[in-house]
Amino acid sequence: MKYRKRFEELFFKIISALMTYALIAVLVFIIGVIFYKGISALSWDILLKTPKGGYYYGGEGGVLNAIIGSLYIASGATFIAMIIGMPAALYLNVYLMRYKRTQNTIRFLLDTLWGIPSIVYGAFGFAMMLFLGMNASLLAGIITVSLLVLPIMVRTFDEILSTIPKGLMEASLALGSTRCETAYKIMLKQGFQGFITAVLLCFGRAIGDAASVLFTAGYSDQIPVNLDEPAATLPLAIFFQLSSPIPEVRERAFASALILTTIILVISLSARLFSMRFSQTNIR
Amino acid sequence: MSILLQEIRKQPIETSSITVTKNLTPVLRMENLHVYADHLHILNDVNLLIPRNQITVLLGPSGCGKTTLLKCINKLTDLYKELKVSGRIFIDDKDILNTSKNVPDIRRKMGLLSQRPYPLPLSIFKNVAYGIKLKGVRDKKLLAFNVEKHLREVGLWEEVKNRLNEPASCLSIGQQQRLCLARGLAVKPTIILADEPTSALDPKSSNIIERSFGELKKNYTIILVTHSLRQAMRMADYVVFMSEGSIVEQGLPEILFNRPETAQLRDYLKEGC
Repeated sequence: MKYRKRFEELFFKIISALMTYALIAVLVFIIGVIFYKGISALSWDILLKTPKGGYYYGGEGGVLNAIIGSLYIASGATFIAMIIGMPAALYLNVYLMRYKRTQNTIRFLLDTLWGIPSIVYGAFGFAMMLFLGMNASLLAGIITVSLLVLPIMVRTFDEILSTIPKGLMEASLALGSTRCETAYKIMLKQGFQGFITAVLLCFGRAIGDAASVLFTAGYSDQIPVNLDEPAATLPLAIFFQLSSPIPEVRERAFASALILTTIILVISLSARLFSMRFSQTNIR
Repeated sequence: MSILLQEIRKQPIETSSITVTKNLTPVLRMENLHVYADHLHILNDVNLLIPRNQITVLLGPSGCGKTTLLKCINKLTDLYKELKVSGRIFIDDKDILNTSKNVPDIRRKMGLLSQRPYPLPLSIFKNVAYGIKLKGVRDKKLLAFNVEKHLREVGLWEEVKNRLNEPASCLSIGQQQRLCLARGLAVKPTIILADEPTSALDPKSSNIIERSFGELKKNYTIILVTHSLRQAMRMADYVVFMSEGSIVEQGLPEILFNRPETAQLRDYLKEGC
C-alpha cells in the first residue's frame, strides 16, 4: 500500500513535469524554427524600408509598412477595447453584483463573442463598410479588430475582478465611498495586474490576426498617414510572402514572423514589469 | 460563572451598572427588523436599543444573524439582492432604512471592522487618508495631521511612522486590523461596528484592539460581535444574546451572565466556559 502511494505520487509528478516542460519545449521550438529560418533574411532594410517595386518577386525593400500598420491597428483596437472594456468589466462586478442572473447572461454572451472566428468579424466589418460606403482603411481595420478583442478585454479583466474578495469592496463602501469611487479607486487598483494582462492579450490577438483585417484594412505598400487609407499588417505580409514561389521571399516571410514575435515578446515583458510595479500595494 | 466574571472584569459590578444606566440614552434603535434571504428568515422581529458610548456585545451561535444585523445597520445588505430587509432602524431618531438619504452619508456615520482585516490596496498613509479625502479634504497638512491622530488613537503610529508610504499589505494581520480601525475612525463616525475583530488575531494584537475599544468608547458607541465569552465578559457594557435570528435575552452583563433566564443562554454559557 505504502509503495503504491509512493509510485502514484512519483508517476503523477513525472507526468505533470513532462507536460509542463513539453509545453515550454514547443514554444522554444516554434521560436527556434522562426529564428533559424528568418534570421538570414533579417536586415535593417527589411525593418526600415517599405516594399519597392517587385518586392514580392525578390525585389528590394522591407516590411516597414506592415510593421507600422500592425502597430497602428493593434494599438488603436486595444485602446478602443480598453476604454469600452474597462468600465464594462467594472460595471459587471461592482454595479451588477446584486444581479447574479444578469451577470451570468452577460458573461455567457461575451464568451460566445470570444468564440466567434475572426473571419466572421472580418465579414461583418466588410458588410458594415459597404453599408456605410467606406473603403478598406486603417479606421475600418481598427474598428473591426476592436470588436474582435473587446470580449477578450472584458472577460479577462472581469475574471480577475471577480476574484477580489467581497470584503474589500464592503470595506471601501463602509467608509462612505460611492460605488463609482469603489470601482475606480479600489477595484481597478486591486485588479490592475489583471487589467494589464487583458490589455496584453488584446494586443497580442489584435496584432496577430489576419482574417479580420484582410477585407477591412486592406493592404498597401505605403505607410498610412490618414485613417481613411488602407494599411498593411504583418500577418498579411507573412501570408503574401509565404505564398511566393521564390525561396528568398519565403525567407523574408520568416523574418517578418520573427519581427512579429519579437514585438509581442517585448510588449509582454514590458507590460509585466509595469504591472508588477503597480501592484505592490495589492492585498494578497 | 460569577467567579470567572468577577475575575475578568476589573471594575466592581456596582460602579459599572451605574455608568450603564446613566448613559442608556440609545444612539441606535431597531424596530421590527426582519431580514429574509430567499426562503430563510435570517432576522426575526428584532427590537433593540443600543446605548450611547457603551460597548454592546452581540452574542450567539454561528449563523444566528449577528453579522447580518451589523450589515443592516450600515446598509451593506443592499449589496445582496437575495436579502430583503423590512422594519426600521433609527440613528439619533432618524430612520436610515426607509429614507432617500444618500447611502454613503449614512455609512460614514459608522466604522466597520470585519473578521479579517481588509486594508485597501494603497499605502499605509493613503489607507487612513482615503475616507478623509472622500469628504473633500485636500489640504496635505490637514490630511497628515488626521492620519497621525487616528494612527495614534489605535496605537499604531510609533510602529509605522517611518514607513507610511509602504503598502498596507506589508503590515502584520494585527497591525492591519488596527489600521482598518484607524481608517474607520478617520471618517469621524459615531458608531463602530466590529464583527469578531479579534478572531484572526494573536492574543497580543487582540489585547491591543480590546484596550483601544476600552478607550474609544468614551467617544464612540461600539457594537461588538464576538464568539469569545471571555472577551464578552471583559468588555461588554450591554449584552444581546441572539439565537436563530431572534433576540433571546438582552441586558447588563452582570445580570445576563450570572442569572440567564432562558435555557438557550444557559447552554451557550455552559459550552462557552
